[in-house]
Amino acid sequence: MEQEVILSVKDLNVKFSLRGQVLHAIRGISLDIYKGESLAIVGESGSGKSVFTKNFIGLLDKNGWVDSGEIWYNGMDLAKFKTEKEWTKIRGKEVAMVMQDPMTSLNPLKTIGWQIEEALKLHQGLTGEAAKQRAIEIISDVGIPEPERRYKQYPHEFSGGMRQRVVIAIAMACNPKILICDEPTTALDVTIQAQILNLIRELQKKYQLTTIYITHDLGVVANVADRIAVMYAGDIVEIGTCNEVFYSPQHPYTWALLSSLPQLGVKGQDLYSIKGTPPNLFNKVRGDAFAPRNPQALKIDFLHRPPYFEVSPTHKARTWLLDPRAPKVDPPEHIKNIRNIRADKKEGGAQ
Amino acid sequence: MLKYSLKRLVRSLLTLVILITIIFALLRLMPEEGYFNNYEKMSPAAIDFGLREMGLKDPLYVQVGRFFKNLLQGDLGISRRYRVNYPITDLIAPKMKVSMKVGLVSMIVSLPLGMALGALMARSKGGLADKLGNAYIVFIQAVPNAVYFIFIQLYGSSWFNLSVLYKPEDWTSLILPVISLALPSISSYAMWLRRYMVDETNKDYIKLARAKGVPNTTIWFRHVFRNSVVPMVNLIPGSILLTISGSIYVESLYSIPGMGGLLVDVIKRQDNNMVLALVVIFASLSILGLLLGDILMGIVDPRISFSKKEGAR
Repeated sequence: MEQEVILSVKDLNVKFSLRGQVLHAIRGISLDIYKGESLAIVGESGSGKSVFTKNFIGLLDKNGWVDSGEIWYNGMDLAKFKTEKEWTKIRGKEVAMVMQDPMTSLNPLKTIGWQIEEALKLHQGLTGEAAKQRAIEIISDVGIPEPERRYKQYPHEFSGGMRQRVVIAIAMACNPKILICDEPTTALDVTIQAQILNLIRELQKKYQLTTIYITHDLGVVANVADRIAVMYAGDIVEIGTCNEVFYSPQHPYTWALLSSLPQLGVKGQDLYSIKGTPPNLFNKVRGDAFAPRNPQALKIDFLHRPPYFEVSPTHKARTWLLDPRAPKVDPPEHIKNIRNIRADKKEGGAQ
Repeated sequence: MLKYSLKRLVRSLLTLVILITIIFALLRLMPEEGYFNNYEKMSPAAIDFGLREMGLKDPLYVQVGRFFKNLLQGDLGISRRYRVNYPITDLIAPKMKVSMKVGLVSMIVSLPLGMALGALMARSKGGLADKLGNAYIVFIQAVPNAVYFIFIQLYGSSWFNLSVLYKPEDWTSLILPVISLALPSISSYAMWLRRYMVDETNKDYIKLARAKGVPNTTIWFRHVFRNSVVPMVNLIPGSILLTISGSIYVESLYSIPGMGGLLVDVIKRQDNNMVLALVVIFASLSILGLLLGDILMGIVDPRISFSKKEGAR
């Protein structure tokens, strides 16, 4: 199926200057994001998930910059944007964002109605009574009961889950094409997480949104994503559809990540954890960034950076294991069982 | 809202009553000579008669009760040594007016200037305006104000041909003292506002506002500035009220007949009644300042709820 590309990233490099040193946070990522899809970017803390997506909305911290590469959206190269004025054309209107911590992402001194209307005024040109009506509509759209009363209330009168709904309402008021959800459920109660994810999914369908989830929670990913991009040390090491990445992972890092799922643990044994720490991005990374933590690393992994090898038209991974000359290394046994575990879970959920 | 304010008012009054009673009792422990002009030359019988006459031999609770009764009628007692047998209220009232005039004018000048400077510094954080502003703040805070006060008096009066001393009938003679008072307040207003604004800019909701596409200038005015003014609001009533107490140094430099230094004077002269009156006034002003600050804060900040558990309804 031929899909329309809405955002295209080409060989993006992002650097930060920290205490006089240069940190190479994003190391040459190329990625096409399709219209209406839901893409999950997973990886451990510090892998550059947030930094990568912040480039789409011009919210990189002041000490960071795009070193090279292109980000094409609607005929514009966002990587070339310099001024705030250029970005205001994109922010909200084209790309909106839902942030991690709903407790702090609302202005404490303004009513939530006001905060939603602020976006409506900017992006839909609504004012006065019309803006108010639309705001109330959106509030009820995101599943907040008694929208008319809630409209007049302040953020501190809402619970965490409700505040995240307000944040989503603000994003919806912008009427964006792309919605970036930066760990939208991390700060929330487990019982609330599912509700928020369902809400985002409903809105995605209703408004044909393209959504990008940033998360380290593979459970979230399995529920919402069409495609998964696995990030490690500022690079996408594997990308494929949800099924491909879960059921036939190719990169040793993806194996390790999946192995750390608590559901794969065997009773009586310690849970799997990845040994070592991610590479220091202040230094130049040689070869495959994951090699030092990979017990089965090949010699070439330490010398040359692997290119992408295509597994299927939708699935590719950056690992030398996929090279025809590479020795055959099998993924860990329990990874193969992942299908059964998910099947179990689904049955369990249906009962 | 009204209920909360009343509750706070009652509590503040209670604090004040307790405070005055304690001060009153403590000051009664001071030597008796503080009640007479010529104690050294008086016979013990005359002293005893004098104390009786003034009611100082009555039981303490009678004395306190009398003091409160007089206080309610605006009578702070009588000065015995600072100015012999002169009603304290009449003595202090004109001084307060003068101090307040100078203090309020300097506040009206320094508040907008200080806030403007603070906002400018926060906006250009790390830039030239921020650096210059910081240099000014550090200078004002580090250099003893005597240094620039004298400089302002000497050069200000000769360069701009202004009066060296305060003259009640000539408003231009206020310019130099007002500038002297305004310089330090501008620096502290700027310092606080800059700090609050920088804090505010780093908050998540500012990031969200940017992410939703609010233009930068609007973010600064509508979100950052407005929210940073809230903690400042708390300080303003107190500052206004404390202008009454005057500034020791500026008032003595320009011989302004104000309140500055009066407390030190009356303590030196051991005028017990005056000390009591002044301590009561300053304490009441501080308590009132805090009270008004809190109420004002409650008006501008919706997170401060006035009645218990209103949100839980």
